[in-house]
Amino acid sequence: MTALPEPGDLAIHTTGLGKSFGKRRAVNDLDLAVPRGSIFGFLGPNGAGKTTTIRMLLGLATPDSGSISLLSEPMPAAASRVLPRVGSLIEGPAFYPFLSGRSNLIRLDSANHESDASTRGRRVDAALDKVGLGKAARLAVHAYSLGMKQRLGIANALVNVRELLVLDEPTNGLDPQGTREVRHLIRVLATEGTTVVVSSHLLSEIEQTCSHVAVMSVGNLVAQGTLEEFRADGRRVVSLRTPDTGVALAVLARLGLEARQDPVPGGQDGVLDAALGPEAPEPERLVEELVAAGVRVRGFTVQAASLEERFVALTGEGFDLVQ
Amino acid sequence: MSSSGLLANEVALLFRRRRTWAMLLALGAVPVLIAVAVRLTSGPPTGRGPAFLDRVAGNGLFVAITGLLVCIPLFLPLTIAVVSGDTIAGEAGTGTLRYLLTAPVSRPRLLLVKFAVAALFALAAAAMVALCGLGIGALLFPTGPVTLLSGTTISAPAAVLRVGLVALYVAVSLLGLTMLGLFISTLTDVPVGAMAATAVLAVTAQILGQLPQLDWLHPWLFTQHWLGFADLLRDPIRWSEFGQNALLQGGYLLVFGALAYGRFASKDVLS
Repeated sequence: MTALPEPGDLAIHTTGLGKSFGKRRAVNDLDLAVPRGSIFGFLGPNGAGKTTTIRMLLGLATPDSGSISLLSEPMPAAASRVLPRVGSLIEGPAFYPFLSGRSNLIRLDSANHESDASTRGRRVDAALDKVGLGKAARLAVHAYSLGMKQRLGIANALVNVRELLVLDEPTNGLDPQGTREVRHLIRVLATEGTTVVVSSHLLSEIEQTCSHVAVMSVGNLVAQGTLEEFRADGRRVVSLRTPDTGVALAVLARLGLEARQDPVPGGQDGVLDAALGPEAPEPERLVEELVAAGVRVRGFTVQAASLEERFVALTGEGFDLVQ
Repeated sequence: MSSSGLLANEVALLFRRRRTWAMLLALGAVPVLIAVAVRLTSGPPTGRGPAFLDRVAGNGLFVAITGLLVCIPLFLPLTIAVVSGDTIAGEAGTGTLRYLLTAPVSRPRLLLVKFAVAALFALAAAAMVALCGLGIGALLFPTGPVTLLSGTTISAPAAVLRVGLVALYVAVSLLGLTMLGLFISTLTDVPVGAMAATAVLAVTAQILGQLPQLDWLHPWLFTQHWLGFADLLRDPIRWSEFGQNALLQGGYLLVFGALAYGRFASKDVLS
């Protein structure tokens, strides 16, 4: 959409990344550019290749083609140098059920060859407090609810100070309070300078937190850029409320707009909706023309297409997974 | 700094699992059952049952040796199969493998740590049988100087040391199987499958070892020297079988260690 930032300013940069499982092309020629300091929404329907991409970014799966630069280091070659600076939640949390939440985090942190054993307990406790698990820290994980496990997974990503967080579906299974807390946590981390990649198919989630967006569909990247650019790319819609619908329709038609009358239950005023194409006159011109023609304009709004409309436009309608 | 951190944590984890203790206690029960059975039946049995059994009533220290002998063909390999088959496949099955690897721990180091822990279990398992055997033997039977297979007699403390040597021999014998289990464990995300396959291999190797038609194969079977610890009960000790066994097990460690590394280093972790 715009010129990409310089590679040095990118937390994640992939070029021509590809991965097949048998005959199925899971990820195809992916050029992902995640600017440092951004909250990056990684969108796509189920099966679009988001998780496969994340697994390749973190060195769990080997790409068939292309290259990955993570925090300006090549992956997977520099995995042992880079990964201590990256926190992740990949395809849901996973822990030993018979260990407590705290013991699980201690265990994973002791696997990190760069982490400091002398501060381990303190860091783990702080991370547990951040996600509200302080009181359940010593409870065995098999007694945790889905939401608590999810929180523990996020806590694991926060045990060390990270430059980059990759969170796959972070609010999965969380109650509304938990969702709000996670959203807040992500914003706080971002203001502290952490780059956060959030993969999700919950669009409202992305719309409320992210500064940048990328959309995948059937293994391909179909859009990426800032949230504003992403929205602006969509068509805007004007909505006019007036009792003089007949005259208004004629005026709009003369200006090249195809208006549609929405049924309004019980009201005297009609509501007309029209999409603003790229060649359409500016909204203020529309109002001028309408008033000049004697249309009583009682309401006039211009709305950007919602993220959902953009998402569906990019990834296709329907309930079936595209394979 | 904390490369030992993961090892220490894994060792603690092994001995925190109920499964580990269930297996160790089951192993420890074998010499106890043998001792109680011999104590309850009158008179020393002659010529029937496992070797050394007829010596148990005469000297309690032989309970440990008999216990180890009885456990080697099936019980010990079964527990080794459970622990070594679980190493990588168990982590993959619970999904913790992806978090260990992104923690990050390098794949070769994870393999090494997992093998070290499984090998430690082999040692603990053999020690458990030996210790329980010594304990129950001392409790139910007279102890004292022991007459060795070569006819010479050694003091009871020296005999305890010999039992320790036999336990060590047994633990070393199980290392090849341990690495085999680790390799199989890198092939699957289903721990039970890896455990079963490892156990089946242990039994199969022993069956092949019984077939005289395959005697060309016998020197290469990891089970070949499993029962060959009798030389440690002579005076002076003959180390040749110990050496051959160690060499064979070492060969298995190298070959299947390399195979496990080759498989695991390039594996896509999708669990």
